[in-house]
Amino acid sequence: MAEISIRNVAKQFGDFTALHSVDLTVADREFMVLLGASGCGKTTLLRIIAGLETPSQGEVWIGGRRVDHLPPRQRGIAMVFQNYAVFPHLTVFENIAFGLRMQKLPQAEIDRRVTRTAELMHIGQLLKRYSGQLSGGQRQRVAVARALAMEPDVILMDEPLSNLDALLRLEMRAELKGVLAESKTTTIYVTHDQVEAMSLADRIAVMDKGLIVQAERPIEVYRNPAARFVGSFIGNPPMNFLPARKADNGSWRVAGITFKGPKAEREEIAFAIRPEDLSHAESGLPAEVRVVEPLGPHVLVTCDVEGHLFRAVLESDIVLSRGDIVKLAPTPDRIRWFDPETEQSLQVH
Amino acid sequence: MQQRTLPYLLLLPATLFLCVFFIYPFLLVAWQAVSQDGALTLEHFRTMAGHWKFSTAFWNTMLLALAVVPVQLALALFMAALVTRMGAGRDVILYIWTIPLGISDLAAGIIWLAIFEQTGFLNSILSSLGVIDQPVTWLGYQDKATIFLAVVLAELWRATAIVLVILVAGMGLIPKEYYEAAEVFGAGPWKRFVRITLPLLRPSIQTALILRTILAFEVFAVVAALGGTNLPVLMGETYQWQFALQDRHVAAAYALVILAISIAFTLVFLRTLRVPKEAQV
Amino acid sequence: MTAVTATETVAATADIRKRGRLVFAATIIVLCAWVLAPIYLLVVNALSSPDQVNAFPKSFVPGFETDSIAFFMGFAGVAKALFNSILVACITMALSIGLGAPAGYALSRFEFRGKGVFRIMVLMTRAFPLPLLALPLAVLFIRTGLDDTALGLALVHTTLALPFAVLITFSLFSGIPVELEEAAWTLGCTRVQAFRKVVLPLVLPGIAASAVFAFVISWNEVFAAAVLTIENRTLTAFLLQNLDVSPLHLKFAGGAVLVVPALIFIFAVRKYLFAMWGIANR
Repeated sequence: MAEISIRNVAKQFGDFTALHSVDLTVADREFMVLLGASGCGKTTLLRIIAGLETPSQGEVWIGGRRVDHLPPRQRGIAMVFQNYAVFPHLTVFENIAFGLRMQKLPQAEIDRRVTRTAELMHIGQLLKRYSGQLSGGQRQRVAVARALAMEPDVILMDEPLSNLDALLRLEMRAELKGVLAESKTTTIYVTHDQVEAMSLADRIAVMDKGLIVQAERPIEVYRNPAARFVGSFIGNPPMNFLPARKADNGSWRVAGITFKGPKAEREEIAFAIRPEDLSHAESGLPAEVRVVEPLGPHVLVTCDVEGHLFRAVLESDIVLSRGDIVKLAPTPDRIRWFDPETEQSLQVH
Repeated sequence: MQQRTLPYLLLLPATLFLCVFFIYPFLLVAWQAVSQDGALTLEHFRTMAGHWKFSTAFWNTMLLALAVVPVQLALALFMAALVTRMGAGRDVILYIWTIPLGISDLAAGIIWLAIFEQTGFLNSILSSLGVIDQPVTWLGYQDKATIFLAVVLAELWRATAIVLVILVAGMGLIPKEYYEAAEVFGAGPWKRFVRITLPLLRPSIQTALILRTILAFEVFAVVAALGGTNLPVLMGETYQWQFALQDRHVAAAYALVILAISIAFTLVFLRTLRVPKEAQV
Repeated sequence: MTAVTATETVAATADIRKRGRLVFAATIIVLCAWVLAPIYLLVVNALSSPDQVNAFPKSFVPGFETDSIAFFMGFAGVAKALFNSILVACITMALSIGLGAPAGYALSRFEFRGKGVFRIMVLMTRAFPLPLLALPLAVLFIRTGLDDTALGLALVHTTLALPFAVLITFSLFSGIPVELEEAAWTLGCTRVQAFRKVVLPLVLPGIAASAVFAFVISWNEVFAAAVLTIENRTLTAFLLQNLDVSPLHLKFAGGAVLVVPALIFIFAVRKYLFAMWGIANR
């Protein structure tokens, strides 16, 4: 059992607040991804859980034990670093065995575990090599194997794939998912890559400016962003936003079209729709085409709606050119609304 | 908690050491120079300045530094430029050129003594060429000019290596792309040297100049080996007062003079060759 | 017609290139000779008999006699001076690394208040003529019984070598990614264990090089050695003291004995020389 619970954790670096009072619970065996742009505090949070950074306030619990005063070695964690941190003066075997030797395990057990994890990560034939003789992808495998060999309760990963090239990243991503699911450890994984987050996570915690904005299943985060930031950060291309003026109670006018919406005490709120939830129709939002980018299965159209940037992903057989006026109809149940000041999502009742 | 105290703990030994053996002695030497039996006095400076050798020693030291340092800088820049254009054998050449780095000033003095002494190699060459019949005395007590020249040569020989090392290390920090970019924009080798190498090398040039100038003011053993006391210099006089004349206070006054000109020149170099932080590589 | 001119131009450029390369090579050879010839001449003297050294005109090839060196080594006080030089240099080496390496580590790994002050203090030592420290310390040492001892002199030499040790080890430690240490911590190491198992093996060659550097600094130092030692002269102090009175062949043999170990040491650390100074610039 290794549930992780972060309670009211904050971190200041001098005048800079990296984390404002964060609460997060990661269930046993859950794969949690911390997602955010650089500087949002996700790595700081991970390092606080690892014990590499001391929180300015708050508590960290792992497996029912308060650990925030403990050094990393006593927390029952293993970590994979962004730059792999494979020890250059040791062979691959000794790298993987490093933590096991620290635990003073018998040699036979060390051999067994090193061989097993090396096979698992497909580096069984590299055990005698040194880090300098390995490619980036191989080093990453060593780093993961080294963490897995510890058979830890918790594995922490800090952007482990970001130094790999695109193709390798795709391959490793799938492999990691399989290996970690099998190892049944609780995993916290930091990344700035939303695709990686979506594909790996049981749950995604989206972070912005030192706060967790939303922590839910990937599809929830995608479909029902809790805040405007989440919608604009996740999705490629991101969500479209347009101002909506109050028409009467519960309906709003967006670019001349009236939509049913939330009941809010505001004169203006934000209307939001994902580009793929738009279709070319007889009536809809009037958009002037600016750029047309055929992407194969779809065509990405960048338009102007009343002076606002607006993107739509449409069927690829449509023929459009710059300057055309098209009507874009949103799928009604995919429309989302946000408060302009709090930027929080507004529920339609 | 431990995180916070650990760095101080690690710095403590070195800090204590520098306080006891660097800062404290300098306060002590300053006090020695301006006090007599616990009372403030300028007597020692008067004794120092009144001695007939003082102004000779002062100007000899200054002239030596003036003759040596600029030539050294130019020579080292030239050598560094050669090194950067070298392909194979670069390491060997660099090693040879930096050999004097490991040689003490006393040894350097003795090495050049082998050349300039009366039965030395210079006279041997000149006589075999038929230029002279009798060995010439180069380093006698009346030959101040040739002693000066010999000291300059020995210093050039010995201490150019340190400037070279600093400059080569500095050049290594300049990204190649700048040169390539300059070449694309049509700058020739000389233009590239003047417009890119020199400005970007300024921090290294500054370090080298400070280091070398201070060491030049400390010139002592080379002079002692080649000229004995025939060419008085500040450091040599300090030594004389400490031992031969047994007056620590005047020796301390000399020390303060050397210190003062060292600091003055350091400040000048820091100011004139200052590189704004934003403009550094 | 144009073709002919073109070939001629090409040939002319090639000619200039060739001449340029020749000048280039010649310059380098001349500069090498400028460095090496004086050392060669010292060696010629050291390997000649006293009579050959004092003869005129002199031969430019050594007589390959060991009389001078033997005479020098047998000369009263030389063996002891040699021993003292090595002793002082070894203590200096140990002190400057022992004090400097922890400071270098702290500077490379931590952000803390007072870091700037410490760095300035270290850099400031460069603007001071350090051998002069020997003057006040001579008095201080007499009071504490450190006068005329190897330790006393080594302490002064350490002020010379310590700033270098701090800056060099700082750059060495900075070259080791923090993540390696952090990885070791997460794998079960304490701070000390992580340092011993991960950092130390990686920096050891560099530390050895800076130790050698400290050794050479002490080995070569003349002024402080001459001021602080009377009975227990180091080799440099001994040679300086005997400059006026000793015969030529003694000086040259002494010079050679002084030069040779330094050359070997500089050869041993040549790989680190530039890296050291590149950082020591800052």
